[in-house]
Amino acid sequence: MATEVLMPALSPTMEEGTLAKWMVKEGDTVSSGDILAEIETDKATMEFEAVDEGIIGKILVAAGSEGVKVNTPIAIMVEEGEDADAVVTAAPVAAETPVAEAPAPVVPAAPAAPVASVTLEPDYPDGTELKTQTVREALRDAMAEEMTRDESVYLMGEEVAEYQGAYKVSQGLLDQFGAKRVVDTPITEHGFTGVAVGSAFGGLRPIVEFMTFNFAMQAIDQIINSAAKTLYMSGGQMGCPIVFRGPNGAAARVAAQHSQDYAAWYAQIPGLKVVQPYCASDAKGLLKSAIRDPNPVIFLENEILYGRSFDVPVLDDYTVPFGKARIWREGTDVTIVSFGIGMTYALEAADKLAEEGISAEVIDLRTLRPIDYDTLLGSVMKTNRCVTVEEGFPVASIGNHLSAYIMENAFDYLDAPVINCTGKDVPMPYAANLEKLALVTTDEVIAAVKQVTYR
Amino acid sequence: MAARRTTKKPNVSKEELLSYYRDMLLIRRFEEKAGQLYGMGLIGGFCHLYIGQEAVVVGLEAAAEEGDKRVTSYRDHGHMLACGMDPKGVMAELTGREGGYSKGKGGSMHMFSKEKHFYGGHGIVGAQVPIGAGLAFADKYLENGRVTFTYFGDGAANQGQVYETFNMAALWDLPVIFVVENNQYAMGTSQQRSTSSQEIYERGLAFGIPGEAVDGMDVLAVKAASEKAVAHCRSGKGPYILEVKTYRYRGHSMSDPAKYRTREEVQKMREERDAIEAVRQLLLTGKHATEDELKAIDKEIKDVVNEAADFSKESPEPALEELWTDIYADA
Ligand SMILES: Cc1ncc(C[n+]2csc(CCOP(=O)(O)OP(=O)(O)O)c2C)c(N)n1
Ligand SMILES: [Mg+2]
Repeated sequence: MATEVLMPALSPTMEEGTLAKWMVKEGDTVSSGDILAEIETDKATMEFEAVDEGIIGKILVAAGSEGVKVNTPIAIMVEEGEDADAVVTAAPVAAETPVAEAPAPVVPAAPAAPVASVTLEPDYPDGTELKTQTVREALRDAMAEEMTRDESVYLMGEEVAEYQGAYKVSQGLLDQFGAKRVVDTPITEHGFTGVAVGSAFGGLRPIVEFMTFNFAMQAIDQIINSAAKTLYMSGGQMGCPIVFRGPNGAAARVAAQHSQDYAAWYAQIPGLKVVQPYCASDAKGLLKSAIRDPNPVIFLENEILYGRSFDVPVLDDYTVPFGKARIWREGTDVTIVSFGIGMTYALEAADKLAEEGISAEVIDLRTLRPIDYDTLLGSVMKTNRCVTVEEGFPVASIGNHLSAYIMENAFDYLDAPVINCTGKDVPMPYAANLEKLALVTTDEVIAAVKQVTYR
Repeated sequence: MAARRTTKKPNVSKEELLSYYRDMLLIRRFEEKAGQLYGMGLIGGFCHLYIGQEAVVVGLEAAAEEGDKRVTSYRDHGHMLACGMDPKGVMAELTGREGGYSKGKGGSMHMFSKEKHFYGGHGIVGAQVPIGAGLAFADKYLENGRVTFTYFGDGAANQGQVYETFNMAALWDLPVIFVVENNQYAMGTSQQRSTSSQEIYERGLAFGIPGEAVDGMDVLAVKAASEKAVAHCRSGKGPYILEVKTYRYRGHSMSDPAKYRTREEVQKMREERDAIEAVRQLLLTGKHATEDELKAIDKEIKDVVNEAADFSKESPEPALEELWTDIYADA
C-alpha cells in the first residue's frame, strides 16, 4: 500500500514551514527512524524522520519550498513494485486543507488573523516608509537597537544565547553582542530573576526573558517584592530599570500549566508597568520604550502573534509611549476594547459586524499600567456601549476593572451594561475541541455586541 | 578546595582594636535605644535587633574597601551603622519620620543608601541572596573590581533560591561573599530542628565554592576570615562562603515569647562569649587603653545614640503627599 508522507507540525504553533533539504531521493529504501528531510519552522530547523519503512516512490515538494502547510503531502512511500505516479493521481491533494478529524499531526488551534481594516492614529508621521515584519523580528530589532544604544543593556534567560531563543526572538543577538551581554542561564527562574534585579540595583539595565510567563510564577516574589516595591521602600533612592519579557497566554494545545494570561495579575501592582502589544510596530516601539524606562516593566508577548506580519515604520529610532491607546477602527455604535491577542477577536468581530451594519470602534489599550482611560472614556461617551475582550480568566479580569471604571466615570453615558468577553473560568484543557471552547471567540464578541446594541 | 574552620588570630594594633570597640559598641547602644523607643510606642511593626551579633558585621566590614557593596535581611541596623550610614537617618526611619533614610516609607526592614553602597534591608527571607549575586554580576560586567557582601541567616540558608544563586555565582565567577550569620535560631526554630546537615559553610562544596566557619564572637577572627574571602573574590576566583557562628541575645523581633531556649543558655553566651567584652579585655590587658579612656568612648557613643534618638523623635512624620511619590521613577 502506498502512503503519503505529510508535512509534519514540529511545534505546537507551527502552521507551515520550509522544506529545506531532502535527505533521501526517489527510489531510496528507508526504514523507520531514517532522516527523510530537514524542515525549517519559524523556531528552528529540525530533522524529520521516517515512521514506516518503504521506498521513496515520489517526492512531491521540492527542497527549498517555503510556506509548505502542515499536513500537505510531501512524498509518496511505496512498497516493492508499486507505482508512485498511480497513487498521486488516485489521491489528489487529499490533505491540502486538513480536516478537523485528521488523526496525526497537531492542527494548531490558533485563531485566524483578520487583516486590520483601518489603522488610525499611528505613532509615526504620514508618508513614513513601511516594511512588513513579524512581531518576532520587531522584538529582536528593538532589543538589538537598544543594546547598541546603551552598553548597560543586556539580555538574560534560558536558551537566549546559543540556542537563539526558545521562540527565536533573540536570534542573532549572541553573534552581534557576545556572551557577556546575551547570557544563557540555568533553569532557575527564582534565582536568575533575583540576580537580574540585583544587577539593576547595581547600575545595569537587564532584559529578562522568561521562556514563557508561566514560569515567572516561580520568580514572582522577586518581581513584585524586590523589583516593583524597592523604589518606594527606599524613599526614591533605588530604582529598578528592568524588563521582564516573554510569551504569555495560551499558545496552542499545551494545556493548563502552559496557557495562562497574566495581564490582570501584574496590572494590579503599583510600581510595575505592564505592556501587552498586539502588532509588530507596537511590539517594537513599546519594547524600546520599556528598555529605556527607569522602572520595572512586564512585557507580555504572545507565541501565536510572533509569526504574524504587520507594517513597521522604517525609522532610526521608533518608540511608542506608554499609556496611549491606539484606535484601530473608528465606529459609532459600540466600543470594543482589547489588548494583545484579544485584538484578533476584536478586529475580526468588528469586520463581521460591519457587514451587518453595526459600526464598532476598536481600541487597543497596548499598556495595562498605565491605562489610557481618556481614550476609553472618550469612545464610550460617543458610542454609549462597551464590550471588553481578553483571553485571561474572567474573575478580577482587566475587563472587570475597565467596567468598574466606566461605571464610575461615565455611568450616565451608558445605554447598556458593559460586557466582558474573557477566557472561561477553567484551567486550559488539552483536547482541541475543549481548548477552543475555553478561549474567548469572535462569535462571543459579536454576540456581546449584539446584546449591548439590543439587536 | 576545602571547607574548613578557622580561629586564627592576627596581630592587631591599638587603633584597630579601638575602632572595633567603637563600632560594635555603637551598634549595641543603638539597638538598646531602639528597643527602648519600641517600648515607648515610637517604633512600630517588626523590629529585629542585632544585639550579640555585632562582631560579625564589624569584622567583615574591616576588610571592605570604598565602593564594595553590602546587602542583608531585615536584621539590618548593625549593617547600616557599620558601613557608615548616619545613625540619625537610621533611627528616624525606625520611627517612620521624614528624616529617615527612606523618608519613613520603608521602616526597620527596608532601608537603602546608594551613597554607602548599602542595598537593603530585605523583608523576604532569602530574597537578598540572588540580589547580592546580581550586584556582583553588575560589578563584574562593569569591571570595577568591587565585591559584594551578601548576608543571610541560618534559617534563610534553607531557601531554594540560595542554592540557585550558589550555582550561578560559581558558574559565572561572581565576586560575592556569602556571609551566613548563623545565630542558631530562625525565629523559634533552632538550627538542629530545621537543618539536615549542620555545617552550612560546606554547602558550597557541591558548587565548587570554598567555605569556612568562623567564630563570630571574635571580631579579629571574623576580620581575618573576611580579608581572605575578599582577596579570593577580588582576584577573580569567584564566590566565597563564610559561616559566622554567632548568637542573638534578644528575641527574634520585639514580640518574642522566648520559649524555645533557656534563660541560662542566653546568659552563658553573654557572660562567656560577648564580643565587645572580649575586645575590651584585649584593650585593657594589652595596656592599649585605661578604664577611663574606655569610659570616655562609652560616653561619646551614648551621645551619638541619644542625638539619633532625639532626631528620630523631632523629625516630622512624612508629608501626606508622600503617599503618592516614589512609586515610579520619571521616564
Ligand atoms: C519567605 C519568608 N518566609 C517567612 C518569613 C517570616 N520570617 C521572618 S524572619 C524568619 C526567620 C529567619 O531566620 P534566619 O534566617 O536565621 O535569620 P535571623 O532572624 O536569625 O537573623 C521568618 C521565618 C519571611 N519574612 N519571609
Ligand atoms: Mg538565625
